Amino acid sequence: MNKNMNNMYPYFFLIPAILIYGTFFLVPTALSFFYSFTWWTLTDWEFIGFDNFIQFFQEPSLRIGFRNTLVFAFTTMGGKVILGLALAVFLTSKIRNKDLLRSIVFFPALLSTIAVGYTFSSMMHPTKGVINTILSFIGITGPNWLGNPDIALLSVAMTDIWKGVGIATVIFIAGLMAIPTHYYEALKIDGGSALQAFWHITLPLSRPAMNTVIILALIGGLRTFDLVWAMTGGGPGFSTDLLASIVYKQYAAGFFGLSTAGNVLLFLFVALVAFPIFKFINRKEVDL
Amino acid sequence: MIKRQRHWVLFLLVTFIAMVLLAACGGGDSEETSGGTNSEDTGSDTSGEAVELSMLVSETAMDDPGFVAVLDAIEKDLNIKTNVEVRPGGPEGENVVKTRLATGDMADLLLFNSGSLLMALNPSQYFVDLGEEPFMDNVMDSYKEVVSSDDQVFGIPAKSSQVGAWLYNKKVYQELGLEVPRTWDELMANNEKIKEAGKTAVITTYGEAWTSQLPILADFYNVQAEVANFADDYTNGEAKFANTPEAQRGFERIQEIYENGYQNEDYTVATYDQGMQMIAEGTGAHYPMLTQVLPIIEENYPDLVDDIGVFPQPSDDASTNGLTTWMPDAIMINKEAENVDAAKKWLDYFISDKGIAAYESKAKSIGPYVLKDVELPEDSYAAVEEMQVYFEEGNIAPALEFVSPIKGPNLPQICTSVGSGTMTAAEAAAMYDDDVEKQAKQLGLDWD
Repeated sequence: MNKNMNNMYPYFFLIPAILIYGTFFLVPTALSFFYSFTWWTLTDWEFIGFDNFIQFFQEPSLRIGFRNTLVFAFTTMGGKVILGLALAVFLTSKIRNKDLLRSIVFFPALLSTIAVGYTFSSMMHPTKGVINTILSFIGITGPNWLGNPDIALLSVAMTDIWKGVGIATVIFIAGLMAIPTHYYEALKIDGGSALQAFWHITLPLSRPAMNTVIILALIGGLRTFDLVWAMTGGGPGFSTDLLASIVYKQYAAGFFGLSTAGNVLLFLFVALVAFPIFKFINRKEVDL
Repeated sequence: MIKRQRHWVLFLLVTFIAMVLLAACGGGDSEETSGGTNSEDTGSDTSGEAVELSMLVSETAMDDPGFVAVLDAIEKDLNIKTNVEVRPGGPEGENVVKTRLATGDMADLLLFNSGSLLMALNPSQYFVDLGEEPFMDNVMDSYKEVVSSDDQVFGIPAKSSQVGAWLYNKKVYQELGLEVPRTWDELMANNEKIKEAGKTAVITTYGEAWTSQLPILADFYNVQAEVANFADDYTNGEAKFANTPEAQRGFERIQEIYENGYQNEDYTVATYDQGMQMIAEGTGAHYPMLTQVLPIIEENYPDLVDDIGVFPQPSDDASTNGLTTWMPDAIMINKEAENVDAAKKWLDYFISDKGIAAYESKAKSIGPYVLKDVELPEDSYAAVEEMQVYFEEGNIAPALEFVSPIKGPNLPQICTSVGSGTMTAAEAAAMYDDDVEKQAKQLGLDWD
């Protein structure tokens, strides 16, 4: 065996992975780029250039879709970061039944999104739902959570935060546990308060965990579909349409080429939003 | 060593949980229910030559006890067992059908909409032409038109026809001394009185968006009466909702109902089932709906179903007063089916006297049949008897989706936007015209 072969040898181990990745990821991705330029009925197709993209940009609910997608992604991301960090700090402090509490916080992440969606949409029913019934006991007339176009999207975002905060918390807990305890000891000797400990040690040093949460929550939020679909179906009217639900509706209507073009745009959109943010926050990371 | 064991236990536990979760997720998709065979095992399939046919139906079909009864009768008399697969309704279900047709994975028999939605499937590519079959002679020509393209006929009617109209609660009408309206203004005056009496005047159930379309779809008789060639011009891309005031009127009617506050408090999230309950119990007086709700209401509120009457969506002119009718869904045979002969026998039986008798032994029709020489039974629903008058006098017109191959997919969302005050009728009409144009492009119609 010559030297060259020896160098090649380890790469052979990559073949199965490359085959699987190629068949199930690269080929479909390339195909969807191709079909986005066609009039496509699943059985035959015709090349029509950029028509689908032009058509997609004329979609009347698209403006709402773009805005909603951004609002949803950033709201849920913010909620998950803030709540997740707060819960993680609480769950790493000296409290009893820590393990039980951690399990409870993580529990919603195990549930099926569709089930969560249906449950919450019945709980948010304006007159018969649990939430408004409880609110009426303390004399508050609850809003029409999912029926009011102005707040429907936020109601869905709240549900998404409830469901996703468990994962964020776990990531934060891992991050907090990695902070060496001697920083806190040093602060204590210097007479620093708990607030100072959080502000000057916990917050900056949990940065890597926070970046992970931000990126995961943001990408997850940008391509959310299932929860919105289960809770509102994009309605009332078009008020909770997200990019993904617009793409889905076009697919369901049989506009296969058009919806593929929408998917390609969604892909580019997620990349355009996520990459700069990823770069930006990584620059701010500090070493432990 | 102990630590290691713990790792193993943990690993097994995680694997177990993951598998349970995976199993739970995968379960819902392809439920197969056998067509009522477990309820009635008559033992006649002992000959050993039983033929099995698979059939794809929408979820609401199996709620119809009449349909299930026909499947049982077919198994008993023809020894053909129907293995029913249930798909969701609405656009999701259409999607399932399109995908399965395209991938060559269609069941032997398909129950699907007639009219524009069937045309969108490109039927001549997938379904057996039934034009030459003797049993098709029983089917009325008006029905054949909505299941035909390229001079081929593809389906038989799966049940009776029905209408899209205003269901009203007769007890409420009696109580408040109201009369069935002949014009839109009279209807709105009735609504005002009902509202003052503290009841819901117009039941609205946007929790299931498709129900929002009825006031515009049921208005088509009125559109047709004033603009006779609207359907053709609309199909050719010449007439639009936005530039045809008579057509746009449908959206305006939805807007007027909203602006006057005639809807139930929870209209944005109320469901179809809740709507049925309200109209049956009389907490709501009107429900613009398809008469397909009658058997479901009968099942849930058997004592109340005859309190429900029906009148056409009124126009602005008392002399124009007629019902917009819906043709029944169709049953088609897949070209790729292994046993096309058995499938033809199946269809033959389904619309034969025996088939109709089996259907009526368990369910009542929701309108006149589209089969020749089939009379409505004497114990029909009160609402259906009220409809009969319009049919006899010829004051009926098929809904737009049966006379034109195009129906925009976003109509439910557009109607809910108008009906919840986030869009005006004019905006809605313009938006729907764009939606329709997209559909026309997809169907390959040349509009430019």
